[in-house]
Amino acid sequence: MRHRKYPFIVGFLFLPVLLYTVLVIWPYIQTFGYSLTDWSGVSPTMNFVGFKNYTALLHDDVFMTALGHNLLLIILLPLVTIVLALFFAFMLNVGGRGGTGGIQGVRGAGFYKVVFFFPQVLSVAILAVLFEAVYRTDGGGLLNGILIKLGLENAQQPILWLSDPDLVFWCILAVLIWSGVGFYLVMFSAAMQSIPKDIYEAALLDGSGRSQTFFKITIPLLWDTIQTAWVYLAIAAMDAFALVSTMTPPAGIYGGGPNHRSEVLATYLMRNFLPFGKAGYACAMGVVIFFITLILSVVSLRVTRRERIEY
Amino acid sequence: MGSAIEYNRRDIFKRAAAITVLAAGGGSLLAACAGGTGSSSGGGSASPGGGSASNPFGVKASDPLDVVIFKGGYGDDYAKAFEAIYTKDYPGAKISHLGTTDIAGKLQPRFNAGSPPDVVDNSGASQLKLDVLAKNGQLTELTPLLDAPYLDDPTKKVRDVLLPGTLDAGTIDGKVWSLNYVYTVFGLWYSNKLFQEKGWTPPKTWDDFMTLSATIKASGIAPFAHQGKYPYYANYTLMDLIAKQGGMDLFKRLDACDPTAYDDPAVKAGVSAFYEIMDKDYLLPGTNGMTHTESQTAWCQGKAAFIPCGSWLENEMIKITPADFDMAFLPVPSLAGDKMPPNTLRAGAGEPFIVPKQAKNNAGGLEFLRIMLTKGASGQFASAANSLTVLKDGVGADVVLKPGTKSSSAALTAAGTNTFYYTYPDIQTEFDTALQAATADLCAKRIGPDQWIAQAKAAAAKVKPA
Repeated sequence: MRHRKYPFIVGFLFLPVLLYTVLVIWPYIQTFGYSLTDWSGVSPTMNFVGFKNYTALLHDDVFMTALGHNLLLIILLPLVTIVLALFFAFMLNVGGRGGTGGIQGVRGAGFYKVVFFFPQVLSVAILAVLFEAVYRTDGGGLLNGILIKLGLENAQQPILWLSDPDLVFWCILAVLIWSGVGFYLVMFSAAMQSIPKDIYEAALLDGSGRSQTFFKITIPLLWDTIQTAWVYLAIAAMDAFALVSTMTPPAGIYGGGPNHRSEVLATYLMRNFLPFGKAGYACAMGVVIFFITLILSVVSLRVTRRERIEY
Repeated sequence: MGSAIEYNRRDIFKRAAAITVLAAGGGSLLAACAGGTGSSSGGGSASPGGGSASNPFGVKASDPLDVVIFKGGYGDDYAKAFEAIYTKDYPGAKISHLGTTDIAGKLQPRFNAGSPPDVVDNSGASQLKLDVLAKNGQLTELTPLLDAPYLDDPTKKVRDVLLPGTLDAGTIDGKVWSLNYVYTVFGLWYSNKLFQEKGWTPPKTWDDFMTLSATIKASGIAPFAHQGKYPYYANYTLMDLIAKQGGMDLFKRLDACDPTAYDDPAVKAGVSAFYEIMDKDYLLPGTNGMTHTESQTAWCQGKAAFIPCGSWLENEMIKITPADFDMAFLPVPSLAGDKMPPNTLRAGAGEPFIVPKQAKNNAGGLEFLRIMLTKGASGQFASAANSLTVLKDGVGADVVLKPGTKSSSAALTAAGTNTFYYTYPDIQTEFDTALQAATADLCAKRIGPDQWIAQAKAAAAKVKPA
């Protein structure tokens, strides 16, 4: 019987592996190839230029600024999103104070879950349109409108949210967090519900408060899930392309402004790829992004590795 | 990350598509060999000599025509009208029409796969850059079209019926790569109705403009709005002030990205004049962060008096503009000591139509452009898109113009030969991007005129001679 096993497995794996190779691995290899050329992006012809694109990247201030923003995102986005999602998930699942000692969420938890998850069902395009209205720079914007009504802002000098170099990065970060928390809340909720209730009950009987149950029980038991969330969010932080390119000025050339203050690697890559006709250079950036993401994933999985708690 | 992967996936599809095309092309070649009747349309190069007088490019009536139109301020209904004319002449032709705002996204993969469409209106924010396309040999040179007989009057050549300066924008190193079809006039726009109600006179000089702005501001309306997220609109005022101050010679040096041009005192004068708008707080609140739609809507609602734009404005805002708005056009007012006459304005041909070199029906593409330049088609365009074409006297008496178009064409007539047209936005993308960033900073008062000049000069110095 045993000898039949391999053809069986190979038979099942052949098509997916072939598709994966053709559609994922091969394009990666192609990008490595293109990054060594002066390809323009609109013609099949190109010349080999060696590592010139990579050395040019090192001296490119805008690229370095974009890299800095991505690294800042990698630290802040997972941190804030996970902390918020964990807090909300905890409150919704075990944060309530049941009078009879049962473990439950705060009142109306089911409703909150739907509300929090709601951003997740919106596509990025809708998000962008939605938040352009929120950040609109005259009194017609949600934020500015409220601030003006409250008398906190001069209607003649409204805050320019996405066009203000000091605010634009934080505005984008806020949208990324807003849209991400719901998903991780649901994910952490699911993980929390798989924690046996008796552990919490025992802790309650021993007189532990909310924060003690959170830090001593919930977090350690959720560690695997948090780790996964971290890697996912870090990869999302390496992207951020859609929001930055659609919401920030200058519009039409993949945003990143004003003054590259919201530039991320992906937007700078696209600007070089299409409008500037420097596809080879853009491919070199793509390769750099690939390696950063790869290293990042490996490192964060290693660093956060802990002994698995079984229950 | 995501984008890099996507593009590479797309690559694969491109390749797959290319293989399919090759296979299909091979098939038809084989069929041609066997039967001798197949239409071998895969050759792709124009054959100007191969046609007759009535059909100079040798269009085969049975060849399908693939048209891609930028569906922006002018819509794409006009192109459908042109296609109807084309099918009248070539009834066998199956026309595929695509109206899109995402020119680059739709066409870049097709160019790379070697199967571009036959005619492209390469316009809009995500247009494929003409300089990049031309340098990479992707375009058909249009001289055969320009030397072909004019459809309405075969004794003339096509090039004889174009408005002066039409070909400038599509010319790189003496070769014509695009036919820019819409004659666009750039300047300031206002509501004649509002001005008459308030008793304001449109300003002739910049001093008048600033005085009037003070009055406008006192009446509770913002004097000036611009399309903040798209800083190039502000440059329609800023760069024109400089050109008019410095004269034709300086204009040419600026357009050629000569860094030393920024040392000219005219540049300082122009930027300083423009900066007065910000300095005196004449901007519509929030305009620095608005999209073009948001600020143009605010302007239509009477929240701002002046807005810089090209003559597509009227058609673009047609659904929002109040019926009695009475849109009017004003050339950028003149500064004291201007070297160009006061009625000088920026005017030139926009909406670049290109015929890709590797297009399957290259001849049909050229013929489509030739049809576009007939009086009939030009009139169709004027009535469908409310703008003028590059055809001399292209609008017949039967076409009723909207007030803004009428006003801008009157300004154009008044300007006569006193027009200029910057080509750097079309052929020096990186420089233009840097200049836009500097202007955005200037409008937000983050930098002053001197820093703007320094940034513009640095950007020009980075431009490698093409």
